[in-house]
Amino acid sequence: MQPLTTSVKATSEGFRENAAAMRALVDDLRAQSAAIALGGDERSRQRHLGRGKLLPRDRIDALVDPGSPFLELSAFAGHGLYEDTVNAAGLITGIGRVSGTECMIVCNDATVKGGSYYPVTVKKHLRAQEIARENRLPCLYLVDSGGANLPRQDEVFPDRDHFGRIFYNQANLSAEGIPQIAVVMGSCTAGGAYVPAMADECVIVRNQGTIFLGGPPLVKAATGETVSAEELGGGDLHARVSGVADHLAGSDAHALAIARRIVADLNRTRPASLDVAAPEAPLYPAEDLYGIVPRDPRQTYDVREVIARLVDGSRFDEFKRFYGETLVCGFARLWGFPVGIVANNGILFSESALKGAHFVELCCQRRIPLVFLQNITGFMVGRKYEAGGIARDGAKMVTAVACARVPKFTVIVGGSFGAGNYAMNGRAYGPRLLFTWPNARISVMGGEQAATVLATVKRDAMEARGEAWPADEEEAFRAPIREQYEAQGHPYYASARLWDDGIVDPADTRRVLALALSASLNAPVPETRFDLFRM
Amino acid sequence: MFRSVLVANRGEIALRVMRTARRLGLRTIAVHSEADAAAPHVRFADEAYLIGPPPALESYLRIDRILEAARRAGAEAIHPGYGFLSENAAFAEACEAAGIAFVGPPAEAIRRMGHKSAAKALMEKAGVPVVPGYHGDDQSDERLEQAAERTGYPVLIKAAAGGGGKGMRRVDEPDRFLRELKAARREAMSAFGDDTMLVETFVARPRHIEIQVFADGLGNTLHLFERECSIQRRHQKVIEEAPAPGMTPALRDRMGRAAVAAAEAIAYVGAGTVEFIVDGRQGLADAPFYFMEMNTRLQVEHPVTEAVTGTDLVEWQFRVAAGETLPVAQADLAIEGHAIEARLYAENPAKKFFPQAGTLARLRFPPEGPHVRVDSGVAEGQEIPIYYDPMIAKVIAWDRTRERAAARLEMALRQTRLAGVTTNLAFLAAIAGHEAFLGGDLHTGFIEEHAADLIPEPAPADAFLLGAAALSILAEREGRGADPWDVADNWRLNLSAKERLTFRDGGTERAVTVHQGAPPAVEIDGDRLAAAWEREANGDLAVSLGGARSSVHVVREGNVLTVLRHGHVHRLELAEAAAADDDLAADARDLRAPLPGRVVQVLAEAGQKVKRNAPLVILEAMKMEHALLAPADATIAEVRVAPGDQVAEDAVLVTFAA
Repeated sequence: MQPLTTSVKATSEGFRENAAAMRALVDDLRAQSAAIALGGDERSRQRHLGRGKLLPRDRIDALVDPGSPFLELSAFAGHGLYEDTVNAAGLITGIGRVSGTECMIVCNDATVKGGSYYPVTVKKHLRAQEIARENRLPCLYLVDSGGANLPRQDEVFPDRDHFGRIFYNQANLSAEGIPQIAVVMGSCTAGGAYVPAMADECVIVRNQGTIFLGGPPLVKAATGETVSAEELGGGDLHARVSGVADHLAGSDAHALAIARRIVADLNRTRPASLDVAAPEAPLYPAEDLYGIVPRDPRQTYDVREVIARLVDGSRFDEFKRFYGETLVCGFARLWGFPVGIVANNGILFSESALKGAHFVELCCQRRIPLVFLQNITGFMVGRKYEAGGIARDGAKMVTAVACARVPKFTVIVGGSFGAGNYAMNGRAYGPRLLFTWPNARISVMGGEQAATVLATVKRDAMEARGEAWPADEEEAFRAPIREQYEAQGHPYYASARLWDDGIVDPADTRRVLALALSASLNAPVPETRFDLFRM
Repeated sequence: MFRSVLVANRGEIALRVMRTARRLGLRTIAVHSEADAAAPHVRFADEAYLIGPPPALESYLRIDRILEAARRAGAEAIHPGYGFLSENAAFAEACEAAGIAFVGPPAEAIRRMGHKSAAKALMEKAGVPVVPGYHGDDQSDERLEQAAERTGYPVLIKAAAGGGGKGMRRVDEPDRFLRELKAARREAMSAFGDDTMLVETFVARPRHIEIQVFADGLGNTLHLFERECSIQRRHQKVIEEAPAPGMTPALRDRMGRAAVAAAEAIAYVGAGTVEFIVDGRQGLADAPFYFMEMNTRLQVEHPVTEAVTGTDLVEWQFRVAAGETLPVAQADLAIEGHAIEARLYAENPAKKFFPQAGTLARLRFPPEGPHVRVDSGVAEGQEIPIYYDPMIAKVIAWDRTRERAAARLEMALRQTRLAGVTTNLAFLAAIAGHEAFLGGDLHTGFIEEHAADLIPEPAPADAFLLGAAALSILAEREGRGADPWDVADNWRLNLSAKERLTFRDGGTERAVTVHQGAPPAVEIDGDRLAAAWEREANGDLAVSLGGARSSVHVVREGNVLTVLRHGHVHRLELAEAAAADDDLAADARDLRAPLPGRVVQVLAEAGQKVKRNAPLVILEAMKMEHALLAPADATIAEVRVAPGDQVAEDAVLVTFAA
């Protein structure tokens, strides 16, 4: 197989301008990420440290294998969502390797509003559990939370996917053989008490972790009994008397060491084996991606330039290269793992959709993980195409993608608009993980397009009434629509609401996908049964 | 020439002897104790025989077992090496009786040199200068005190049977004489079973210079010039060299002739060394020298002589033992260049050179060549047994001049990678580079005089060392596996990769943060130093920090890191954050009755300090006696029960002071 060639000229003006634009986006991404990583404000952090506790990210560092990576998820959750600054939604989640096993780590950040659960915190916690289920990753809950955010109880407590679902999931994940381990490093009050209580194994830090259904103030109010938190639900009580905790730790570090030991004793192996080869770096530097992706999203470029910077040796076995050319499909290896890549190279036509459906079927039959590189304005519209049955062909691809049970991953590298989002394994199609690039935009259609559609509808109505619509008034109508779409389509806006699992620097994409692919092999690759394809 | 030889020794000398034997075409036979079953000399030999348990008295000193092994192996000759049985006349006789050639002097020669005072008298008669003093048989206090008066203070009292400084006392004033004499006798009696004493002039700042002699028993006796062995600690040599700095041809000739006379006086055969004490305070040209003793064997430090004379003394030993004449005459011998040997010991210079035992986690010497020779008896990964001399190796450097030889020795020592056991490596390198040593200002008190320079107070680790230690931990994890999760570079999504490590350095904790993003840096005490590192083929780590590049060698054993940098050895401990589980159990809570029962016995009382798991109360319940143990090291505040008391479940029996 010949490696992909590149026509990129790093010295060209366009390349340099693109690169500068992307670098600015990445710099902002990193700056925002660093601010989010601080957690709560300086005072909260100092207070936390003053209690002899480790900061949550230091807890994670101590928990994972020395030096090993940590694939944080949904760091932007809650970003700009509330009046309060709720960095990372007060809950750090991600995949990390503990004692040689990839685990889902769910870690409260008590420096952010006491680690209380905002609506998006609940959503993030549930998403982490969903990822754990799909990939069969043991869950480690580092608990240090005041529980549900009481002023927002209506958005946190009653519904199906609210707070109660966390414990429902714990029970059912455990039932599926996915270990649930809790390390109580702070409060676990009321409902929160069920995190350790429902865990398979539970560690508690003495003089620090507490577990009780009702805290001292509630007890005082209910029965008049005066009792300290430590006496009511501290480590000694639970490890020596109640039996709610299984392991007693003297400090955060000790508790985390015990958790590492628990994972070491889980007796887990990776059930899924693929034909894995020795990894090989791509031929071209990842940083080229900055200059390859046009700063103007309307400009087109060859997505093979992206693929060449993601896959081993830049080698790509293309499928149906000369058919349905706006969709690029092919086999490659990513960090040694075999993958099928589906990438947009323009608007989707019937042929591209048919090709995509065929290719997804191939990967499912061969149990090869799928990687979607999404940059799609939508399916082709117009009389000719509707008559040609593009809706039916599009449905074939959507069907194939929806039913595919192989691990499938999506990276939104550009636009994600309309039904193209569905066919390209959008959020609703159950990607194991979905990431976006900082230049991405996601919405039902582009802002300009939406403004035009809405203005056309309005003008038609006005004209029908015999009214005129001056150009400046139309522009005043269109501008806020464009702005709204621009704001709501921004990756930060999307990520804040968990429409994705994280925003990645294009240069990190290969590594992120590799980590995700590797972690996904903790679950067997199931057989796919497809729905009926409309012929 | 023989066809086989049994080497009745261990370690580097056994190897050294066998190497020559093999070159001469002899079958090599080793003997070993249980502690040495896998030792290098055993592995090197063509055959090896177990001769007993680890203690030397039950193995390497057992003549019967060694001869039994020689018979089983059909050995034609036995080489005793040095130490152990090498100067044991009975062994030489036993070999002869068994019809096996003893590669060493005749038993009679050993015996005559074995008793120090008799030997001195003999030497005096042969015209060899001896230290003025008394070597007589009258051992009364009065006679000895008189001898001291006549010799003139300061004097030295020495055990006639002595060696290694035992039973030796310097006396500066007459009124201390008797007290020191008593002490010397006591020591001599317990060390040698013989308290016969000599009284001699004490030579201030003496030099120890010895002459290598060789005789073939066929009328040829010659000498191979001198060796200077003045650098000693605890009366044992650590640095030896040939020739002696400042030696004049005239003195060399006089000493050489005296040594030959000494050997001839006892009809010596084979390799021997005549040790002299030299008063070199006025230079060596007219320096007085006195016979001290003759060692009737090959010396540890023989390689320096070999290096400057181009000889193989072990080969000569074999030839002479086989009845051949010496291969050269005195006139054929000349000194070429200068050689210095350093003895690398498992010992702690900072603790009075106390021997150390342990496993050599790392032992790598610089490559040998025309300038460097290493005679080593242990291999990396092996243990230094507690039963024997803790010498690890001898490093010998040769060059045209003394200055160059010293530089080569220092370099060879600084390139030696050694960890796992405390050694005198840095100490030796310090001597080899010391101004006074380079100036040739040698005397047997050299080490005491320069102790402050040679054994410096341990300094805290500098930033480079800490940074290198931290980088070594990261480097160790590189290339662990192909899976993306195996890449141990602390990668974090959209955040900088860094790792904070805490080291214990002596009593203090030092934090190092390694920033792994581009460009990598190490942060120590608020300073950020640009960092780069690269693993080298020899296991060294080339570290560049803040623009300074240097190679270090780090050996990690659990959480202990031995950092070797240019011959300096620094030990750091990686602070493990996690507490041990036991610390928790060690939570002193009240001792309560785990079940209802009757107190049978109370073993504790108020105010008593108890250790964890000490039984405090014996409780009888459910027909069983239950010993209730102290949950931690604690002080008892109150005992609330007495024998015979019936107690309920959870009743407090004993309380502890907070």
